[in-house]
Amino acid sequence: MIFDITILPGFDKNGCKEQYTYIKLKAGDTVSIVGPTGSGKTALISDIELLAQGDTSTKRRIFVNGEVPSDEIRFNPAMKPIVMITQNTKCFADLTTEEFLQIHARARKIYDKQVIQKTIDLANNFTGEKIKKDTRVTVLSGGQTRSLLIADAIMVGASPIILLDEIENAGIFKQEVVNLIHKAGKMVVFVTHDPVIALLTKTRIIMENGAVKKVLYQNEPEIRAAQSLLELDKKIGTIREELRAGKSITFDLPAVNYA
Amino acid sequence: MKLVIIAGPPSAGKTSLAKQIVKRFKDELTIAFLKIDVVKAFEDLELKKEFGILTKKFYSGDLCPDHAGVMVLGDAVEWGQKNAAELLIVESAGLCLRCSPYLNQGLGIIVLSSISGIHAPEKMGAMVSLADIAVITKIDLVSQAEREVLIQKIKEVHTRIILMETNALQGNSLNRLYDLIIKSRDIDRDKLMLKGNPPLGTCTICVGKKEVGWKHHFGVVQKLDGQIAEYLYRGE
Repeated sequence: MIFDITILPGFDKNGCKEQYTYIKLKAGDTVSIVGPTGSGKTALISDIELLAQGDTSTKRRIFVNGEVPSDEIRFNPAMKPIVMITQNTKCFADLTTEEFLQIHARARKIYDKQVIQKTIDLANNFTGEKIKKDTRVTVLSGGQTRSLLIADAIMVGASPIILLDEIENAGIFKQEVVNLIHKAGKMVVFVTHDPVIALLTKTRIIMENGAVKKVLYQNEPEIRAAQSLLELDKKIGTIREELRAGKSITFDLPAVNYA
Repeated sequence: MKLVIIAGPPSAGKTSLAKQIVKRFKDELTIAFLKIDVVKAFEDLELKKEFGILTKKFYSGDLCPDHAGVMVLGDAVEWGQKNAAELLIVESAGLCLRCSPYLNQGLGIIVLSSISGIHAPEKMGAMVSLADIAVITKIDLVSQAEREVLIQKIKEVHTRIILMETNALQGNSLNRLYDLIIKSRDIDRDKLMLKGNPPLGTCTICVGKKEVGWKHHFGVVQKLDGQIAEYLYRGE
């Protein structure tokens, strides 16, 4: 069982060592990784996903429960304590959704047969157009693919650590995903440009030039700011769904004034 | 001298992997690199320029590149040893999937791209099944779930192969491969053997005759609707 992971410093894009001794993330933690594009956010979660041992471009090392993880944990998907939702919005495997999930369940040694249908049902909570079990994964839209991969990560991956790379870009029901993951009591790491997600997490890692620049912890005003942004985000979400459904806006929207 | 043979379809990342191996060992071992290809190859020049190691290329021309590989590998081993190489890396052309260039000694590595399709490992036959190690490249282009689906599929078809995943441009997570290379035994030049059976024979088409129709050809060829047992064809 995973209790914590420790990130040991690597090097930035200029080859300078990162300025921290270690970063420890514990079970139940919610973490966001923020910073400009190209600052190394995806590289950082990839290091975590690969449980890097100085053998990635950043030269970071990742410990599990204070120790170097065994090869079995690093390389056997059935033992891997980490699932990652990447920014990929495409599947290349020429398989139906059902076959894809069946093979993945075998890889993860999940033997509950109902998990396949449950995963598809969950994915359909996140996406507008429904996915059927005989739909080939190669023809799923970007949003459908990501919804399926998120549902797969939760149901089939079923790991104590979830890494999510810019889930806000997917055109899917972000709120539903965030709520579900929060409830699961897992360690969740978001790479994000979304202020709502960034403010909702307890820990914020700020990236620059390939390196961790600083680590911040959620403060009281931020918790309140997150709540009000969440309300605003829901309103925007409602309007988005109205527009998607082909409706017109027939009332005045409240003016927003943050001055 | 240690021997590493890299095979795999075009654009899978064979050369990128070779570069990572060279980068890792160039300060420890004297490395020689041979590229076998059909009409054009630049890999020897690239590696020589980037790492200053001993390189060579060989064009198979009209001959099947794997067939050519079998013929020249003996010379290549001699060339490596004459130049005091401690590690010989041979990169195959990776075209036809009928046979495999791996030997009974050294390491045979199949390089497969994550986006080459879920059925590729099965279709590629001996090139995958006789390899010691499968290196899956371009993992940054697909989701973690899809990577795991591909790995599972390969494992189910080739239970004993050692699987590893990388982004060969960056060389992520290759420590395991380096470890296997450094622990691999030196080869014995007089006992080198192909691991798999080559195709049953070569014919006049294999050696470059362009004419169409039976009367121009002889050798081990099969008629479109001919019986399997009659494939020894003597020409018309």
